[in-house]
Amino acid sequence: MPDFLLQTVFNASYAASYMALIAVGLVLIFGVMGVINFAHGELYMAGAYAIVFFYAWQGLPFVMAVGLGLLFAGCLGILMELALFRPLRTNPLGGLIASIGFLLILQTLAVLGFGLRNQNIPPVSQGRLTVGGAFLTYERLYVIIATVVLLAALWLFLRRSRFGWALRACAQDREAAALQGISINQTARYAMFIGAALAGVAGAMTAPLVAPSPFMGHGVIVTAFIIIIVGGIGSLEGAVVAAVLYAFVHTFVTTFFDGVIANIVGLLLMLAVLVVKPQGLFGVRERA
Amino acid sequence: MPDKTNIDAAGMIGILILAAALIVAPHVVSFSQQELLVLLTINVLVVTSYRLQTLTGEWSLAHVVMMGSGAYASALCSKSFGFPVPLAMITGAIVAGLIAALMSFPLFRMKGFYFLIGSFAAGEILRLIWKRFTNPFGGPKGIQRIPGFPEIDLGFMRIDFYDPANYYYLVLLVVLASLWVLYRIEKSRIGLTFHAIHWQDKLSESVGVDAFRYRMLAFVIAAFFAGLAGALYAHYLSTVNPNQFDVNTMVYVLIWTIVGGTSRWYGPILGVVALTIIDEVILRAIGADQVRPLLYGVVLILAILFLPNGLESLVMRASDALRRYRGEVPPGAIVRE
Repeated sequence: MPDFLLQTVFNASYAASYMALIAVGLVLIFGVMGVINFAHGELYMAGAYAIVFFYAWQGLPFVMAVGLGLLFAGCLGILMELALFRPLRTNPLGGLIASIGFLLILQTLAVLGFGLRNQNIPPVSQGRLTVGGAFLTYERLYVIIATVVLLAALWLFLRRSRFGWALRACAQDREAAALQGISINQTARYAMFIGAALAGVAGAMTAPLVAPSPFMGHGVIVTAFIIIIVGGIGSLEGAVVAAVLYAFVHTFVTTFFDGVIANIVGLLLMLAVLVVKPQGLFGVRERA
Repeated sequence: MPDKTNIDAAGMIGILILAAALIVAPHVVSFSQQELLVLLTINVLVVTSYRLQTLTGEWSLAHVVMMGSGAYASALCSKSFGFPVPLAMITGAIVAGLIAALMSFPLFRMKGFYFLIGSFAAGEILRLIWKRFTNPFGGPKGIQRIPGFPEIDLGFMRIDFYDPANYYYLVLLVVLASLWVLYRIEKSRIGLTFHAIHWQDKLSESVGVDAFRYRMLAFVIAAFFAGLAGALYAHYLSTVNPNQFDVNTMVYVLIWTIVGGTSRWYGPILGVVALTIIDEVILRAIGADQVRPLLYGVVLILAILFLPNGLESLVMRASDALRRYRGEVPPGAIVRE
């Protein structure tokens, strides 16, 4: 039984880490630009397909392929900012619809370029960590390590660098930030790059484990929304804590009951948070 | 917004042409397009009822699930409890309205973005319950072999509703009646209160309007008509399953509504008709079936970038230009002396 519990904890930690990467990116984009990026799951998909192309087909080293996946997803993010979110800045619902249009384009491009079937990727590492009767494959361990490293780097960037300050200032109050001489366009570009790149890394790191398909973003985006609501919209720390909470609840309920019940429990958790504490577990009061 | 619309001769001719087009439509298109026509007519009711819900300023993501509630309730009533189909359809619509009334209590504690997400969660829970519980909802496969609409024997002719053209006329009748009711509701005191809550909720509450009750009312009425649309859908396709009512379908309803525009009653109808024709007729005619979602995405982005107020803004501009051409002053125009 303890082995079984430990195994579930390992599984939950893996799920928590890549979901945290995706949710943090989504929160960052929402915080700075005030737009809900519905295509965030497709940026995750783009990262995974970068691994298919660069690692499985071209034979580049895995780490380099992950780096290229990060850049690729980040550039897609910048493209979205320039082409869609900037002209629609005064129209948040329009931004949402435009991101749905972008999502359809990315999905179709993935179908055209790679076909509908799931892609098989040669394993990066066969080894695994064994603790008692439970084990954690190195591939999953790498995802957890990458998440911790990236989120720590992001935290330092936001707290210590000038760009980080500008970003947080924009998230708090866009007009006031502009009055202090912060370029909103530039800040939005940074936020979009970082948010998209985090989703891309999550996709790239998990690609060998999930067999990418053009529609893999769907399930992810719903989970990411639950996480950012539970954590509080606009709160990066909240998103991380909520990702861990959600992943543990979901993994344990899946293990003891089944996947659909786990989804229902996750949604009930979100609904309860919305009714009792709509600003989320870590959120600040909603901006007027 | 004028309370009474005066229809002049040109308007009358327009209405007659539209009526003729609606009646002739199923006989000038192919069989597969007849099926499409039925679904399009049902979707017109879906988007128009959705617009009524958005009048209070809250955007629900549970609308398609409400449609599903009507479909499931109607299917179960007719298949398991042996209700006659027309009665089952009305029961379906009422059940959808009741579910919406129950959901209102947690949901309307939220506003804006929180309501959007909360309604999504509540709807998705309901949908997952259909998916999880095989008895009575049939699980992921849903309910099959739902009885169709009974044929009507008029003595001199029998109307068989398995023929899509005949079912289209039935749907058209129900949808037109529903549109008229929805239009009257919007123009009534209740509808004006919805608008008041949207633009000035604090102010309207200060003069004694119970915003919660009106938001709930809009939600329930919209769910009733969505449920009716779902019932029409279920007895036509003779099968319902949880995937028909997932967030993808909701996204399409949202797209149709926003691309069409929501400030006039005809906006969402323009959206659903135009986008369906672009997607199913023009893009299909070009061939390239795989590229269709991509082109749809491009159309969507272009529409939102260049027509932010929806397709209805084109109609408004055209009618203003027409008035100016006739030498009348368009309403709301600034007259310079």
